[in-house]
Amino acid sequence: MVEVSDVMVLDHLCKSYLKEGRKIKAVEDFSTTLRPGEINAVCGPSGCGKTSLLLLAGGLLSPDSGRVLAEGENISALNANRKAQWRSRYCGFVFQQYHLVPYLTVYENIISPELALGKTAGRRAEADRLCADLGLNDRKHHFPGELSAGEKQRTALARALYPGPKIILADEITGNLDSRNARLVLDLLAEYRNRGGAVLMVTHDSSAAAEADRIISMEEGRIIHDGE
Amino acid sequence: MNILRLVIQEISRRKINFLLGLLSITLASAVISHSMASLARHDLRTSEIIRLKEEETAARMASLEDDYRIIMKKMGFNLLIIPENQNLADLYAEDFASSFMPESYVDTLAASGQVSIRHLLPTIQKKVEWPEYRRTVILTGTRGEVPLLHLDPKEPMQDPVAPGEIILGYELHRSLDLSTGDEVTFMGRNFTVSECYDERGSRDDITVWINLATAQEMVKKPGEINAILALKCMCAPDQLADLRGEIGSILPGTTLIEKGSRIITRAEARKRARAEAVAAIEAEKEARIQLRSEMETFNAILIPAVLAACGLLIAFLFWNNVRERRSEIGILRAIGVGTGKITSLFLVRALLIGLTGGIAGLLIGNLGFPGGLLSGGWIPAFQVAGTSLLLALAGAWIPTYAGISTDPAIVLMED
Repeated sequence: MVEVSDVMVLDHLCKSYLKEGRKIKAVEDFSTTLRPGEINAVCGPSGCGKTSLLLLAGGLLSPDSGRVLAEGENISALNANRKAQWRSRYCGFVFQQYHLVPYLTVYENIISPELALGKTAGRRAEADRLCADLGLNDRKHHFPGELSAGEKQRTALARALYPGPKIILADEITGNLDSRNARLVLDLLAEYRNRGGAVLMVTHDSSAAAEADRIISMEEGRIIHDGE
Repeated sequence: MNILRLVIQEISRRKINFLLGLLSITLASAVISHSMASLARHDLRTSEIIRLKEEETAARMASLEDDYRIIMKKMGFNLLIIPENQNLADLYAEDFASSFMPESYVDTLAASGQVSIRHLLPTIQKKVEWPEYRRTVILTGTRGEVPLLHLDPKEPMQDPVAPGEIILGYELHRSLDLSTGDEVTFMGRNFTVSECYDERGSRDDITVWINLATAQEMVKKPGEINAILALKCMCAPDQLADLRGEIGSILPGTTLIEKGSRIITRAEARKRARAEAVAAIEAEKEARIQLRSEMETFNAILIPAVLAACGLLIAFLFWNNVRERRSEIGILRAIGVGTGKITSLFLVRALLIGLTGGIAGLLIGNLGFPGGLLSGGWIPAFQVAGTSLLLALAGAWIPTYAGISTDPAIVLMED
């Protein structure tokens, strides 16, 4: 039963790839519901399908079968442009490798979702607030190449938060960070959660998983444990 | 944040790639505009050369006019020896004598040793009806030049007309549709047309020339002639009275008048000079057309080769640029930027390269050509700029399409 208050419902998702002539099942019959104000950590060994799950949830991958439902709408059935529109206002992505645009400053990276959303009055104030909250004020005009790993990840997180998404999809966001920066980023996610946001976080990091409200363990594309 | 700002930021970050692309388009544009400007300059130069030649010809013709006048003063002039009883009013009205004198006069004069007179041409002329065609014509019988016995033989100025042959004036052969080699019947006798004269604008146009003896028979005046034309007489016009007395003593019962041939000679010379000048101008035009054709052939090889090379370089540079920006494309798609906008990131970049390079090449290609390509109006300049733009966009299109077609999930998962 899908409730409109759910941020996202992953419904019997299956995804497989062909690798060297063999069919590899990345995600198999994966179902879960993501609610507002909840951090969901997906844990499991490398290659168990965590990142594929994240990309399926964000509409960057199309499932072989199953559906991704957001506010009752079947995202998997949308065409590429409508998926992009949906993603721009609904999802924020954060990756282990940050994926910042190298020729844009910190501030420009943060506001880069405006390319999809268009410039709206008042949103720049949100960018300034994020810079302040994430300790990036004195780095606003620096390029990614001039930042530390923690600063890069905070910039990537600010970019993900800038459009005001309903859900953050985070892939090993503490993987390249020292414990202090990892702590900082996790605190920011917790704050987002406390404001009613949902987080689907793929992680190896047990301290990151410990911050989650719910831990989903995966093995060979399947859920083997789902609980607090 | 907008596409143009992003493009400018990217260019400032990757200057080398952009500058190489710019250089490539500038080169292509410079080669095209230089080739077009060379042709335009060639055309201008051709017009200028022809104009100068024509002016030079006109000036030379004016100068020749004076020269001929001066030369003619020094040259001999033509005299017409006619029977003394010839009514001059009739002569000037008809332009030929109607009285007759013995043909033997010409031999007497030739043998006389008179040194002022050269080139003697005895003729008989009469206005007759050409009954076969119901046309009035001037019948002229001529036996060609009579050699002067006291002088060294020279090449005759006029050849005789052989018996059985006929020469037709312009109006006659044109209106009767006759040409050289045709057989015609004239006053009951058969002739072969041996020559058809060009238009002279004189009574010659309605004249037929036949052999003197034949003409004498046809007009029933055997052994008689109307006149002896003495060409290139070597004395001054003011000595005409003396010469008249001298000829009168050799040929009693004759008189002489000056024949207005100097004007004709001058006109002939001028006409020939003009014809040669026109031929020289035509030859110059031909040479310029040939040169232009060679330039076009060279351009037809050079321009496609340069366009292909520059297009490949642009494609390679964009391929490299897209490859370097795979992660950027992936994250832009992840944050919801549509493929159209991502495509425009690359195509606007190509547009900037195409426009800037096109204009730079246009300027460089026209260096040293005052007015250059623009002397032919703005259209050639737009053609060059447009070609540069298309080249840049074409070079960018395939790498861009390949870049945006790459699954962003693959790129984001790779890293």
